[in-house]
Amino acid sequence: MSTEQLLAVPSPLPARGARSPRRGNLRRADVIWGLAFVAPYAAVFLAFIVYPFGYALWLAREPSLYSELIADPLYLPVLLNTLLFVGIGVNVKMFLALLLSGFFLRRRWWIRALLAVFVVPWLIAAPQVGISFHWMLIGELGLIDRLLSELFGIDGPLWLNDRALAVGANIVAYVWKWMPFWTVIFLAARMTIPRDIYDAASIDGATGVRRFVHVTFPLMANLYLVCTLLSTLWTLGDFTTVWLISMGAPAGHSHVLATLGYRYAFDTARPSLGVAAVMSVLPILIPMAIVLMRRFHVSEVRV
Amino acid sequence: MSGAVRPRNRARRILAEAGSAFLALVLLIWSLLPIYNMFLIALDPEEGEVEFTGNLWTPEPSLQSFVEVVTQDARYLETFWQQFGNSLIIGIATTLLTLAIGSLASFAVSHLRLARGRLLTNTALLSYAVPASFLIVPYYRIAHAYGLADNLWGVIATQVTFATPFAILILQLYGRLIPAQLDDAARVDGASPVQIYLRVYLPVMIPALAVVALYALLLAWNDYLFQSVLLLPRNGTMAMVQGNLFADTDAEWNAMMAAGIIYVLPPIVLLLALRRHVAASLAMVSAGV
Repeated sequence: MSTEQLLAVPSPLPARGARSPRRGNLRRADVIWGLAFVAPYAAVFLAFIVYPFGYALWLAREPSLYSELIADPLYLPVLLNTLLFVGIGVNVKMFLALLLSGFFLRRRWWIRALLAVFVVPWLIAAPQVGISFHWMLIGELGLIDRLLSELFGIDGPLWLNDRALAVGANIVAYVWKWMPFWTVIFLAARMTIPRDIYDAASIDGATGVRRFVHVTFPLMANLYLVCTLLSTLWTLGDFTTVWLISMGAPAGHSHVLATLGYRYAFDTARPSLGVAAVMSVLPILIPMAIVLMRRFHVSEVRV
Repeated sequence: MSGAVRPRNRARRILAEAGSAFLALVLLIWSLLPIYNMFLIALDPEEGEVEFTGNLWTPEPSLQSFVEVVTQDARYLETFWQQFGNSLIIGIATTLLTLAIGSLASFAVSHLRLARGRLLTNTALLSYAVPASFLIVPYYRIAHAYGLADNLWGVIATQVTFATPFAILILQLYGRLIPAQLDDAARVDGASPVQIYLRVYLPVMIPALAVVALYALLLAWNDYLFQSVLLLPRNGTMAMVQGNLFADTDAEWNAMMAAGIIYVLPPIVLLLALRRHVAASLAMVSAGV
């Protein structure tokens, strides 16, 4: 039996499609109750998503704002920083989380104990993560440079005085904080893969890397894509990491769009310019959200 | 199997074990170094002893800074319990409202069959199309328009807005695994939708609700932007105080770090309390995507 045939066997865990067929006619009372139950969410969505979004579009409506952005020598470097922060941060984090979830799957007491330590960064609030990393990297008195000089006799760099190092520091702190969350998600997903699939695959000679590429990953590919897209959207909005670790240093050159927009809006009192700065990536946000919606429903059973 | 294979296998196994042990060591250092840094500074009795001399361990570790924090004796932390209380109010209110709003909407769609579940999950996903922080300027203005400026409820509203979509995704994925016969049976018994929601739906959904609760609390706990924009310093929270640390070199670093360590405790307590439910439901939910 080949691996492909095995994969066609439906996973026994989620009892999908166990639902009775949709009834055509709703009872009147149910409709009223249903509307009452949905009303709080609808109100939140309209008041705090639709309205602010419309407001943001209205604030950022002037085309002159965008030519002003392009003219600002900071805007394009910050756009590149955002691309690096999100592109490298999210993908490195997700890929490592996927690999580590395989490591944590093993049933050893010391690996379980390690998992308990490994998830702690996820529970440490972003502001604390920010100040701890900032202080570790503060220069020769920071913990990292002290360790470098004690252990290896190296004079560490001034991490936050160099654009590349500052952006890198933000990315490392971001990966540190968020990798555990996604590792736990992938670990949970791996636990639902039935053992028989692996047993059969190993008879076919699929072990190690080949097993990961041909068995595990195909089963998790859609989840991986959905999580990566969701995480990309969330990370684009990450304000705290950059604001508290590199603080934009040197001279604003390690900002991302979220922090640059804030600076325009609140530090230089140009709210419309701040909104325009973040809304300038709307053309890539919308397609991402559409792909996300499609992929989210891939495994749904049609009723 | 020939005898020559076995020693090679054993060597490979030992190599794999050594690799695992090495990876474990790397992960341990990776995870603990920033936490060690927090304790290094917090346990330093004299302000500036560790931070400004660059020692790798404080000569005389002391809990003095923790005492200063809880007795509200440290600079910027004179109202520590009020700040901590504000953070707790935001965290708890966000969690409870997210649970209520998310589960009501999810129940209406999947069990009262008000609409296709896809409409609800797509609405939820659409909420994430524009990241929360991108809307900070409109929120600032709207908070003033709604009379929610410098009001904890203004912050809570924004946190609930961005926690509820995740709640709906989790509840919808988890809810798909519940046979519809369950509430059909309850309906035959003459139970009203409210009774089915309270007595059938909520108890069955407890593992998924545990994940939602943890997520909502952490979202509120991680927030720094909304609190610092929508609240004034006199009505401050822990996140705001910590975030403003660098604005002033006179801050007592050891006390600030001690306060930060205390701030970490509520999410840890919640995870420990809910860990069985979280593990169970994440497995079910992730299998559904």
